[in-house]
Amino acid sequence: MTSFRLDQGGLIDRNTPLNFRFDGKAYQGFQGDTLASALLANGVQLMGRSFKYHRPRGVYGSGSEEPNALMTVGRGQEQESNLRATMIDLYEGLDAQSQNAWPSLKTDIMAVNSLLSAFLPAGFYYKIFLGSANFWLLPEYFIRRAAGLGRPNELANEDDYQHHFTHCDVLVVGSGLSGVAAALAAARSGASVTLVDEHDKLGGQGLWREAAQREWLHEALAELADYPKVRLMSRTTAWGHYDDNMVACVQVEGDPGKPLSAHQPRARAWHIRAKRVIYATGAIERPLVFANNDRPGVMLAHAGAAFAGKFGVLVGKSLVLATNNDDGYSSARLLADAGAQVHLLEARDQVSEALQDSLKGSNVELSLGQTVLSAKGGSNGVSAAEIGGLDGKSSRLINCDGVLSSGGWSPSIHLHSHTGGKAEWRDDLQAFVPGKRLQEGVAVGAAAGLFATHEALASGWQQGITAAQDLGHSVSAGHAPTLDIASIETSPIMPLWSNPKPRKVKGKAFVDFQNDAGSSDVVMANQEGYRSVEHLKRYTTLGMGTDQGKTANINGHALLAQAQGRAIAEVGTTTFRPPYTPLTLGAFGGPHVGASFAPIRRTPMHDLHQDAGASFVEAGMWMRAEWYTRDDEDMWASIKREARQVRQAVAMCDVSTLGKIDVQGPDAQEFIQRLYCNGMKTLAIGKVRYGLMLRDDGIVFDDGTVARLADNHYYMTTTTANAAAVLAHMEYHLDVVWPELKVRVASITDQWAGMAVAGPRSRDMLQAALPHIDMSNEGLPFMGFVDTELNGLPVRVLRISFSGELAYEVHTPARFGPQVWQALSETGKDFGLMPYGTEALGALRIEKGHVAGGELDGRTTPADMGLGKMVAKKKDFIGRLGLLREGLNKADRPTLVGIMPADGRSNVIAGSQLTEEGQVGGFGSMTKSLGWISSAHFSVEHDCFVALGFIDKGSERIGQTLFAASPVDDEHLPVNIVSPHMIDPQGERQYG
Amino acid sequence: MMLIPCPWCGERSENEFTYIGDARRKRPDTSALEVSDATLQAHSDYVFLRDNPKGWHQEYWQHTSGCRAHFKVERNVVDHRIRASVKADEELPTFPEGR
Repeated sequence: MTSFRLDQGGLIDRNTPLNFRFDGKAYQGFQGDTLASALLANGVQLMGRSFKYHRPRGVYGSGSEEPNALMTVGRGQEQESNLRATMIDLYEGLDAQSQNAWPSLKTDIMAVNSLLSAFLPAGFYYKIFLGSANFWLLPEYFIRRAAGLGRPNELANEDDYQHHFTHCDVLVVGSGLSGVAAALAAARSGASVTLVDEHDKLGGQGLWREAAQREWLHEALAELADYPKVRLMSRTTAWGHYDDNMVACVQVEGDPGKPLSAHQPRARAWHIRAKRVIYATGAIERPLVFANNDRPGVMLAHAGAAFAGKFGVLVGKSLVLATNNDDGYSSARLLADAGAQVHLLEARDQVSEALQDSLKGSNVELSLGQTVLSAKGGSNGVSAAEIGGLDGKSSRLINCDGVLSSGGWSPSIHLHSHTGGKAEWRDDLQAFVPGKRLQEGVAVGAAAGLFATHEALASGWQQGITAAQDLGHSVSAGHAPTLDIASIETSPIMPLWSNPKPRKVKGKAFVDFQNDAGSSDVVMANQEGYRSVEHLKRYTTLGMGTDQGKTANINGHALLAQAQGRAIAEVGTTTFRPPYTPLTLGAFGGPHVGASFAPIRRTPMHDLHQDAGASFVEAGMWMRAEWYTRDDEDMWASIKREARQVRQAVAMCDVSTLGKIDVQGPDAQEFIQRLYCNGMKTLAIGKVRYGLMLRDDGIVFDDGTVARLADNHYYMTTTTANAAAVLAHMEYHLDVVWPELKVRVASITDQWAGMAVAGPRSRDMLQAALPHIDMSNEGLPFMGFVDTELNGLPVRVLRISFSGELAYEVHTPARFGPQVWQALSETGKDFGLMPYGTEALGALRIEKGHVAGGELDGRTTPADMGLGKMVAKKKDFIGRLGLLREGLNKADRPTLVGIMPADGRSNVIAGSQLTEEGQVGGFGSMTKSLGWISSAHFSVEHDCFVALGFIDKGSERIGQTLFAASPVDDEHLPVNIVSPHMIDPQGERQYG
Repeated sequence: MMLIPCPWCGERSENEFTYIGDARRKRPDTSALEVSDATLQAHSDYVFLRDNPKGWHQEYWQHTSGCRAHFKVERNVVDHRIRASVKADEELPTFPEGR
C-alpha cells in the first residue's frame, strides 16, 4: 500500500511515531494525527458501512461534522463505540474496529441491502404499518439485525467522571481567528475569559491555512495563557447553551479506549455560567449532491485541505474538486501546493478575475460552468468522475483518485439556536445565520457569516471589547489586530442543491450520509405530502443521525424548497437541540453513580438491625429493616415468626423513618385544625390523634398522628414517603394562603428516633421498663402519650397502634435511639420481645384494614376508604370544598374491601383487577374491571393471603366471590370479598 | 438553567427551587360553613383552572434547597427572563406594556 503521507507539512510530530491497529491490522501514524488522518496516510479509505444500505463509506469531513467514519475503539472495559475517527486523537496502542459490517468491512453480506434500496424507501416504517401489523414481523427480523451502529461493551462503566461548575465574564466558544481575537480583546480589557475548543489544539484552521494567521495565533494564544483570569480549554465541546448563559461543556480527559492512569477521569462535564457568550463556532462545509457521492474517496473540499494542511496527508494525487463558491479555490490551491493535480470544476459561468488569478502558478486546472455528475469507484476508492455542465449534457469521464466538493458553508448556529434564537436566511451566503437572540450570546466570524480573515478578526475583536465594556471592564485593549493577507474580491455563491444525474448511471445521490437519505427520498417525501421540514425530517430520518445532519440539513431543506417552488427562508429549518455532538453518557452522570447516586438515609438503630440479621429494603432514600433472619430460616419463616409474635406476645419495629414535623405558634391550633379533615380542636394537651390530610381537591393526601405537647405546640408524624411533600404543603399554606397565621413549622424527622412496641404483652413489658409510669389503661389510655425518662434518657411514649394490637410508640432524640432500643430489648427478653421488619408490619396492617401507600394512591377519598365518618362537618379544612364534587360522591365509587382467596391458600397478587368473569387473559380478550387489589400479604391470623382493594359498591359486595385477574402474571383467582377489618373488627385489642 | 432571584438569598441556580404555580390565582375564603355557589366556583377555579399566557407570567417558587421561603416571580415563559421577584406577601411591580 502506498503511503499518502507528505514529506513535510502539517502539525504532526514526525519524531514521535505511534503504532495502532484497525480491524486487527497494524499501522503507524504520528503524534498529532487523528485516527482518520492516520488511516488515510496508510491508504485506508474504507472506514465504515452505512446505517441502512451497508454501502462502503470513507471519511467525509475532518472534524465533528463527520457522518461516516464511526469507529469502536478499545477492548473490554475500555471499549467505546460510535466515535468519529476525525475526533479521536491517535495514541500509542490505539485499537480501533469498524462497525455495522459482517463478517468484515470489505465483504459485508448486509451490503445486499444496497440492492434492495428500492424496497427501503423514505417512510418505510410508516408505510409498512399501514398494512397488517403482522406483516411488519418479517422485515423487522432482518432490519433489527442489519441496521445499527456500534455495540456497547455491556460492562458496567468503572471509569471516573467529574462535574465542574465555574463562572466567567466572557465565554468564547471556538478558538479560530475570531474566537482568539474576541478572547484577547476581552482579556486585555480586564474581563475574566474562558476559551473552549473541541479540538486538541487551540487555533482552528488558521494554524495550517496561512503562515501569517499561524504566527498571529501563536502570539495571541501565548499572551492569553499569561492572564491569570483566562482559562484555555482544549478537547472541550460546548454542547448546549441553556438559560441565563449556562453553557454545558464536556472535556475529554482520558483518550477513548485507553486505560486511564491513576486518578484520571475519562471526561469532565463543565457547567460554565458566563455573563456574555461569544460564539466563534465557525461554519461547516456542505457537500454537493451528485450520484454516488458517498463512495470512499469522495469528501468535503475542506476536509481534503485539512488532511493536507493539518496532518500532511494527501488524500489523492489526481483530484477532482467541484465548487459553487469561492472557498473551493483556496482548498484547491492548498491541495495543489501540497503536490496534487487538481481539476477544479466551477459551477458558476463567471467568477472574478482576482479569484481566477489566485490559482496562478499552481497545478490547478479550472473549468467554468462544470460540475461533477457522478463518482465511479468501489470500496477501495474512486477511479474516475463523470463531469459535465449543469444541464447534465455533454458529460465525460476523467480519471482521478479523489473527488472533493464544496457546496457552500453553513454557519454553526447551534448554540444560538439552543437558547431559542432564530435562524435568518441570507441569500447572498445561501446560509442561515443567527437572527433574533434571546440570550446574551453573540456570533462572530464564520458563525456570523463573516468568512474573510479580516472580517473574522474584526468581528471577534469588536465583540470581545463590547462584552468586556458592557460588564464594566474598560482597560484599553489596544489596536485591533490586522494580518497581511490580501482580500480577494468575492463572487456570490451559486445555489446548487442537486447535480443532474447522467443517464445510465445507477446509484443514489446522498444528502444525509449517516442515515442514508438521498435527494430522491426528499422528493418522494414531498410528493407523499410531508411538506414541512419537521415532517421531512421524521419521514426520511434526514438529520436524525448522531451527526444531526451537520452536513445534510441545508441541502435537504433546500431540495424540499426546490420541490415545492418555495424560497428556503420560507421552508425554514429544523430546530437545533443539544447536544451539539454525541457525548459519553458517563459525563452526565459524573460521580453520581452507584452508591453516590443518591444519599442513603440510615436510622440511628441501623447497626443494631444489621447485627440482628436484618435484610434491608430501600424506602425512599431510607434503608429499612425488612425482616430479621434467625438461624436457617427462609424469608417467609422470618416474616411469619415476627408477625405472629406481635399478635401473640410483643415485638418491636424501627419507625424512625416516619416524617416528623414540629408545629409551633399562637395560631398552631387553628392551622392544625385546617390542615386535617378530621376534628383537631378538641385534641387536649397530652393526647395524640390520628389525622387524615386532604389535598384541596378532596383527595386523601397523607395520614399520620398529631400529639399536642402544649397550647401552641404540636408534634406531627407523616408517612415515610410523604414527609417532604407534607412539609412543603404546610409551608405553602402558611406562606401564601394564610400568611396571617402565626405559625412556624420545621422538619424534625432526622432529630427523632422512633420504635413501635406492639403485642398483647407490650403493656407489661413497658411497665417493667418504665416502673415510674402508670401504664394501665387508665394511666395511659389509647391515644394518650407521656414524656418521661427511660434509664435517664428522654422518651415520649405514645399509645398508638398501626398493627391493631395493643401497641405503643417510643420516640427519643435521635442520638439516644440505639441506647433506648437496647434498653427496651434488654427488658423485653423476659417477655419474648423480638424485632420485626417492614414486611411483618405490612402484613399486620393489611389484616387490620389500616390504609397505607397502596390505598393513598391519589385517587381515593376518605369515604372510599371507609373513613367518611371521620370528616368533620363543623369546621373548614383543606379539601372541604373539593370533597363536595359530584364525582367524589357517586354511590358506585370503588370502596375499600378485604379480599381473601376462596381456596384459602393461593397467593393474592397486589395490582390484580377484580372481575366477575373467571377467564381473563389471552391477547384481545376483554372484561370489565370492577376494582383492583391495592395491597396483599400473608396473614398469620388467617394462615393464608389477605388483601385490601377497592371495588365498585364495595360494602354491598361483601360475601361475593369474584376473580382476581392478573394478566401479566397469567393469574385469575377466585376470591371472597370480606370486610376490610379482617381481625378484631371491634378494636378490642388496641383499646384494651 | 435559570438563575432565580430569591428575595432572601439572591440569585441562585434553578435546581435549588421548586416551581409552585400561578401567583395570580387566590384561594377564596372558605371559612364560612355554608358554601355558596360562588365560593364553590371560585374554589374550583383556584384548584383546577390555570391561564397559559404566552409572555409574562406571575408565579410562585419555593427556595426548597435554600431558605424554603415561597416568593413571587414575574417570568417570561417564552424566553425565561425574570424581571421581578418579591416576597410572597408583597405585590409585584407593574411594568409598562410591551417591556
